[in-house]
Amino acid sequence: MAADLPSRKQILEALVKKQGSSAVEKLQRATIAVCGLGGLGSNIAISLARAGVGKLILIDFDTVDITNLHRQQYKMNQVGIPKAEALLENLKEIAPYVLYEVHQERVTAKNVVSLLEGADIICEAFDKADAKAMLVDTVLEKLPQKYLVAASGMASYDSGNSIKTRKITDRFYLCGDGQNDVDEVVGLVAPRVMLCAAHQALTAIRLVLGLD
Amino acid sequence: MLKVNGQDVDAAGKTLESYIAEAGYNQVRIAVERNGEIVPKSKYGETVLADGDCVEVVNFVGGG
Repeated sequence: MAADLPSRKQILEALVKKQGSSAVEKLQRATIAVCGLGGLGSNIAISLARAGVGKLILIDFDTVDITNLHRQQYKMNQVGIPKAEALLENLKEIAPYVLYEVHQERVTAKNVVSLLEGADIICEAFDKADAKAMLVDTVLEKLPQKYLVAASGMASYDSGNSIKTRKITDRFYLCGDGQNDVDEVVGLVAPRVMLCAAHQALTAIRLVLGLD
Repeated sequence: MLKVNGQDVDAAGKTLESYIAEAGYNQVRIAVERNGEIVPKSKYGETVLADGDCVEVVNFVGGG
């Protein structure tokens, strides 16, 4: 039998101690969507859940594959199960007081609005370039009041210093090196994917705090 | 003259669609920002580039 878990109140007090009360209050009121729960999305979701975001909307159609384990936040015993389900299981162990809305489906131009209209900020965390472009185009056209934090370019063994966050418009931020395509260069390695995910999660937090 | 991704480009009068095709971009992998606003893909054909425009073509690459 495991020891009693910390209460919601204790977790909030701990968050306030480390992150400041004003930030925690704002984060608690925020809803952030993560589209794609692979190397980027699983790491973004865990960062945001730990930081005390009030609600996370998590979307992925895929299942955990053995080739995901080197960079994605899944465990060996989760291979073969849907990522949405596996990540929810892991997040509930890490941060059980966050509200989670999980969708096991593919995001398309047709369902973007229904899936994402409840979010304040949307993180694009797909792996295919055309899916990234579709989401960015559709969100900025159909949900122009949302903030969008996308990613492009995190493959290779280049220095982590090449991964950056750029503000493209008032509502659209892009993280990554902008160059290294996984289909053209060798190497997709956890630290660079996590760096890019960290840029995205930090940008989302800064937006919640009104810092950018 | 207008600026595309920080470079001077002589493309005033062209539609965004023809500029993008000539410049060799793959339309399904990009997002285009023009003077601070995203141009939706459905509007590329009717968007005419003008002198002084500031355009950013975001070319997505795979990996995630």
